[in-house]
Amino acid sequence: MNDPKDDLQHIRQMMERSSRFISLNGLSGVAAGTIALIGAAIAYWLFQQHNIDYFSGSRYTYNAALEWKLILLAAVVLVLAVGSGILFTIQKSKRNGLKIWTSTTRLLLTHLLTPLIAGGLFCMALFYHGLFGLIAPATLLFYGLALINAAKYTFSDIQYLGYCETFLGIVAAFIPGYGLVFWALGFGVLHIIYGLLMYKKYK
Amino acid sequence: MSIIEKLNKDFESRVRLGIMSVLVVNGWVDFLEMKEHLGVTDGNLASHIAALETKKYIEVKKEFVGKKTKTSYKITRNGKDAFVQHINALGRLLK
Repeated sequence: MNDPKDDLQHIRQMMERSSRFISLNGLSGVAAGTIALIGAAIAYWLFQQHNIDYFSGSRYTYNAALEWKLILLAAVVLVLAVGSGILFTIQKSKRNGLKIWTSTTRLLLTHLLTPLIAGGLFCMALFYHGLFGLIAPATLLFYGLALINAAKYTFSDIQYLGYCETFLGIVAAFIPGYGLVFWALGFGVLHIIYGLLMYKKYK
Repeated sequence: MSIIEKLNKDFESRVRLGIMSVLVVNGWVDFLEMKEHLGVTDGNLASHIAALETKKYIEVKKEFVGKKTKTSYKITRNGKDAFVQHINALGRLLK
């Protein structure tokens, strides 16, 4: 007869392995966070190039050239951050001999992407109405909710990152004019901290 | 000896334990996915699945995807009860 302890461990392992996406790599978070921080620094530099003191508190009307540069920067940061995240995760799944594209991955992605896409469209509406100050809080808020929503399909720890992002988004909504700072905190610092913790825990 | 009796002989093999574990937390799971989760050969998996099906612990669905058949499995009410009982018996053995 098998050792009951081994049997129970085997059962738990099979349940985990088949229902949660466990290839998410902590280093993905660190890489995404670092890229976000670099992006925030470049954005700050762009403001200075256009003679805007971001922290002066006074409001400027951004000219179209700066606006486009910022949008382009945001797009590049997004692609690089998501790309590096995927790269490290694929690496980990290969190392552990796990397949990436499973029904669990599909479940994880649908639960992550539904709030994210809704949030993205909502931010476009804010942009359309000229409510630029609410875009950064809204991105943090929807991203946080997306993480909470997806947490049951991967390491459940990710829900705590979700709560932090959501909380930060709400705080940011009440303190207008510091979107860049909250972005750097939420997408940069929080990702790096979370990534390092996860890397240590699930290496 | 009463505790040992509650352990289900049908779940003695590791492969069967694996199949039941995967099915108890998922809906329909197809053969290929199951094979990947368990890391066993086709023949080995098929024979254990057949045994569990005979016992009515799992139900089987065959469908066409293009020209290929896809076979999926789902745990039955019966199978879930039997498996939960088995887990409880294992837990009691540890005490």
